[in-house]
Amino acid sequence: MTSGLLFASTGALLFALGLAGVILIAHLLRRILAFNVMGSGAFLILVGLAQDNDIPDPVPQAMVLTGIVVAVAATALALALTRRLHALTGEVELPRDEA
Amino acid sequence: MTGLILLPLAWASLAFVLGPGRGKWLAIGGLSAQAWLAFDLAAKVGAGGTALLHPVGGWGAPLGIDLAADGLSAVMLLLVQCIALPLAIHAGAYFKRGDAAGAYFWPLAGFLIAGLNALFLSADLFNLYVTLELVGLAAVGLVAAGGGAQQVAAALRYLFATLVGSGLYLLGVALIHGAYGTVSIAILTPLVTSDAPRLVWIAGGLMLAGLMVKTALFPFHTWLPSAHGNAPAPVSALLSALVVKASFYLILRLWLGPLAPLTSAIAWLPALLGALAILWGSWQAIRAERLKRLIAYSTVAQLGYLFLIFPLLPGTDALEAGIMQAFAHGLAKAAMFVAAGVIIEATGRESVMDLSGAAGHLPLTLFAFGLAGMTLMGLPPSAGFLAKWLLIEAALDRGHWGLVAVVLAGGLLAAVYVFRVLRQAFLLAPADAVVKSVPRRLEWVAFLLAAASVLLGLRGVDLVRLLGAGA
Repeated sequence: MTSGLLFASTGALLFALGLAGVILIAHLLRRILAFNVMGSGAFLILVGLAQDNDIPDPVPQAMVLTGIVVAVAATALALALTRRLHALTGEVELPRDEA
Repeated sequence: MTGLILLPLAWASLAFVLGPGRGKWLAIGGLSAQAWLAFDLAAKVGAGGTALLHPVGGWGAPLGIDLAADGLSAVMLLLVQCIALPLAIHAGAYFKRGDAAGAYFWPLAGFLIAGLNALFLSADLFNLYVTLELVGLAAVGLVAAGGGAQQVAAALRYLFATLVGSGLYLLGVALIHGAYGTVSIAILTPLVTSDAPRLVWIAGGLMLAGLMVKTALFPFHTWLPSAHGNAPAPVSALLSALVVKASFYLILRLWLGPLAPLTSAIAWLPALLGALAILWGSWQAIRAERLKRLIAYSTVAQLGYLFLIFPLLPGTDALEAGIMQAFAHGLAKAAMFVAAGVIIEATGRESVMDLSGAAGHLPLTLFAFGLAGMTLMGLPPSAGFLAKWLLIEAALDRGHWGLVAVVLAGGLLAAVYVFRVLRQAFLLAPADAVVKSVPRRLEWVAFLLAAASVLLGLRGVDLVRLLGAGA
């Protein structure tokens, strides 16, 4: 197994773990962490699969850099909204949706 | 072409610098210029009959980023500008000075529109991911703008849904890049064949699934009613009319482009989900208590029609039906949310049961609501009628009677929820009802959008002709 494939399969595992977390966990902070695990999984696949004979390819590295910026922005927004919800309701979980 | 992306970025940033609640005239001026640019681009694409390419900064792909505009992009850009401009005029009157809900409306709306325009002009899968995220984050910000617990919860629910959707899409892009070493749609399209490795099938499935979550296709629609039903009226209108269409456009782009050889096996799945969306969304709209929630569920139903076209692709008649439906629903739903905003503003009540007497006080608004409802039901000569007519014709050509039955049933169900509102509005008002006066401009925007959704049915041929360019 090449190192690239190892990265990619680890990435797939992380993505699946993170996705399950985002869907199943009720606590918002843990959910945001799970989203970040999911994102890291995708980035690892992007970089890992693009390695040809252990020579890294610069284009996906640049993509991952962009992706990280997007993920940071999304995380910041999610944290700000969570703080606001906590300040308003004292809960760190989403209230039930109206029927 | 770059003007359509740079202009909204510029006026949004300026509006942010000017401070909370400011930037109305910047936005209206910028959007007018954008509308002109969009018409100009459509004319060029239509006259040339081919796609236009623009390498950003003189750096072409694969090093730089290419922008491309063909008939489909030009049509979607027209849709965005033509709905955003009247909504900006509406929002200018809707948000009063010092209104907390409107404090950051202008910058966020500008970034949203910049993201949408960039999305329709992007030519590679990764750039599409970035624009998709820009649109999603700006939209979440707009939903949260009210600042109440309900709005923040709706925004968070929406945020997680949109992040899961774009995460799945990104994973698909990563796998595609791993398989072919490129993300350019133009280069990928001839590379992908029906005997592609299993990796590519998985990638395609992940991308389509992620985009379906973002388009709120049944059964992934659960985030939509609370997000669209709790936001201020201009925001709900922007989200329902435009944002969900962005991810639909991307599905269409992939389906007709790189994934075309793989999709024939699963073409009935989106159509089946679309049919369920029409039935379930309409049923929930018929039962909804609050007016805005009713309209939000109607969006779930109307999005279903967009997915009925997939078994009929790659026929041009089916594509025309889908785009016409996107236009009809965009205009009509913007009009409906604007009208609902006026009614709620005037009566101070949100429930459908409290609408009694609205017709007497706000005849123009109710007329607009009725016209928009006419488009949703698909009565001639509205654009909704044209869309359903094209869809039925395409389905009959291929002998798919089931699709025809769903389209007709959907129209009847739409009539039930539209008339539920109208009937209540025409009842006599209780004696103690207080109705505030609202700015006339709010009512006229609703009427204008609704009238456009009906009259477009008469001019639909020009739009449809544009679609063929550069496809």
